[in-house]
Amino acid sequence: MSDIPNIGFVRHEPIPPSAPPIQQAGMVKWMRENLFSNWINSILTILSIYFVAKIILASTPWMWNGVWTTSSLRECREVLQGTSGACWSVLAERWNQMLFGFKYPVEAYWRPTLAFVFLLVCIAPILFQKLPRNMLIFSAIYPFLAFWLIWGGTVLTPVVVAVSLIAGYLAFVKIERLTGFAAGLLSGVVAVALVLYLGSFVTAALPEFIALEPVASRDMGGFMLNLILGTVCVSLSIPLGIVLALGRQSNMPIIKGICVVFIEFIRGVPLITLLFVANVVLSYFFPPGTNLDLILRVIIMITLFSAAYIAEVIRGGLAALPRGQYEAADSLGLDYPQAMRLIILPQALKISIPGIVNVAVGLFKDTTLVSVISMFDLVGMIRGPISSSTAWTGIYWELYLLAILLFFVVCYGISQYSQWLERQLRTDHH
Amino acid sequence: MSEAQMKVSDEIAISIDNMNKWYGTFHVLRDINLDVQRGERIVICGPSGSGKSTLIRCINALEEHQQGSITVDGTLLSSDVKNIDKVRSEVGMCFQHFNLFPHLTILENCTLAPIWVRKIPKKEAEETAMHFLEKVKIPEQADKYPGQLSGGQQQRVAIARSLCMKPRIMLFDEPTSALDPEMIKEVLDTMIELAEDGMTMLCVTHEMGFARQVANRVIFMDAGQIVEQNEPEEFFNNPQSDRTKLFLSQILGH
Repeated sequence: MSDIPNIGFVRHEPIPPSAPPIQQAGMVKWMRENLFSNWINSILTILSIYFVAKIILASTPWMWNGVWTTSSLRECREVLQGTSGACWSVLAERWNQMLFGFKYPVEAYWRPTLAFVFLLVCIAPILFQKLPRNMLIFSAIYPFLAFWLIWGGTVLTPVVVAVSLIAGYLAFVKIERLTGFAAGLLSGVVAVALVLYLGSFVTAALPEFIALEPVASRDMGGFMLNLILGTVCVSLSIPLGIVLALGRQSNMPIIKGICVVFIEFIRGVPLITLLFVANVVLSYFFPPGTNLDLILRVIIMITLFSAAYIAEVIRGGLAALPRGQYEAADSLGLDYPQAMRLIILPQALKISIPGIVNVAVGLFKDTTLVSVISMFDLVGMIRGPISSSTAWTGIYWELYLLAILLFFVVCYGISQYSQWLERQLRTDHH
Repeated sequence: MSEAQMKVSDEIAISIDNMNKWYGTFHVLRDINLDVQRGERIVICGPSGSGKSTLIRCINALEEHQQGSITVDGTLLSSDVKNIDKVRSEVGMCFQHFNLFPHLTILENCTLAPIWVRKIPKKEAEETAMHFLEKVKIPEQADKYPGQLSGGQQQRVAIARSLCMKPRIMLFDEPTSALDPEMIKEVLDTMIELAEDGMTMLCVTHEMGFARQVANRVIFMDAGQIVEQNEPEEFFNNPQSDRTKLFLSQILGH
């Protein structure tokens, strides 16, 4: 008996919490752990440093020696005398064309610039919930203001469109309450059409009323065109994508069928094909004489294209929600629109943020495809008017570096924002 | 309990008449006939797959029945969406997995339905919500998110969330089955308190102690049918059907 240890144990004093052991910290430890933890890693680290250094050493003098003041590539070469150096003069001379296109009137550059500044103000309250909510009023006005600034013409045109939308909304709300959703929607559309029709007489009668010099769509170009297409198409395709995703989940076979066919058709066709359709084929479907604006046609096609992708991303988010969320919303007596708006979509969209951002970034870069249907966006400007001018034939690096920089800044910004937003929306543990 | 039992009135809260339900070709609920008086507290038990959850989920139309009729508070459940929404706003429900809304705070969870369904002003809804959160003894958690609470606390919030709609009937679908043993009691205490206030309750649960203490009727289901129902004393001490005896011996045997 005596050699069996006594297993009875009672703790009388609880163990107080203490700090974790102090790790040896600092640069040396970090380097040892991350860069030189074993032989292979050490060799890889040294190789990487070697190649990074080589690239920097080779490119820095080229950038630093760059020439800014000449007026053609030939002059650049004369100035450089065979030494390595960039010919930045092309940017100094043609930056305005790369940003605004080569036909946009120079004296009106302030208009798209102002529209861009306003764009930042407009999306700020949408992106950051903490900003004052009444800034959203400006966001609502912005599309009309931007249209007026960029395209010019009388201020009445966007005002009439805005008024017609307000009238349509009011008609929809009033009639929906009386008779139902379908009748409300119909009367809303009728109200919009009516106001647009009546308004067209007003704009026709007063073309000079607070008018800016009008600029035609075909004169738009440069990075401005990419930004216009990107912002408009992203902001239109997210709501459309939500509708399509909900439609695909619908119990009603016809609605579901339409959504499935639409999504699968669009996803099965390359964007470039749709753009050719927009450019050439679409006009055959309209009565002769109608001249739908080319930018508008392209916007429609890109929006439909990305809406199909966003719909699939959101469908993934909807499918990831536990059934219990739908049941809890139902059991509290929320109707379908309320349950979707308050319970399901906030959670499904949160899950879908990385996917939506992925589509948005891809979409923004895909706007350069319009250069193929002879629109002069940033890439179109480089490939077309700038590269083919006698002064700058044969220059590539400098131009495409600027294009890369512009696109990278925007896309990296979007991606950083989405990561920040995901952290903000995380409520499960903090 | 006798005082509380007196509160049972003759008024019929739920009336289920010859109700049948199929999942595809599988006959899950067979000829269910059940009348629930106002203020009555019913515990439904039975082996898994016996259709007990499906039965109470039919009462607020989370599941659709194919034959027979269900009348809740005088409203006949049909495919009419207006009737369904009316019944749902009168009938509260607590789920096994709580199903709180993780993107809303506890207070917002409780005020959402009153504000949007009952159209109650936000301030008033918040006062009501705090009242019920105090009743389930977690007012201090109002500004936290569900993910930060323990299972027992989440289930009590779920009860408070249902109560904020001022329901006349409460359905409980295995409310303690997903909880750690230490937390079962706090949820049962809340339910007992609710029963003492005279709420009409239908509970699917395996907590037989709760059934003995609170229920005025215990229903035993097997294979989609009501096999036996009786007052708790009779049900536990003197079961009639062999199936009931076997079930009771298995759950009370240890």
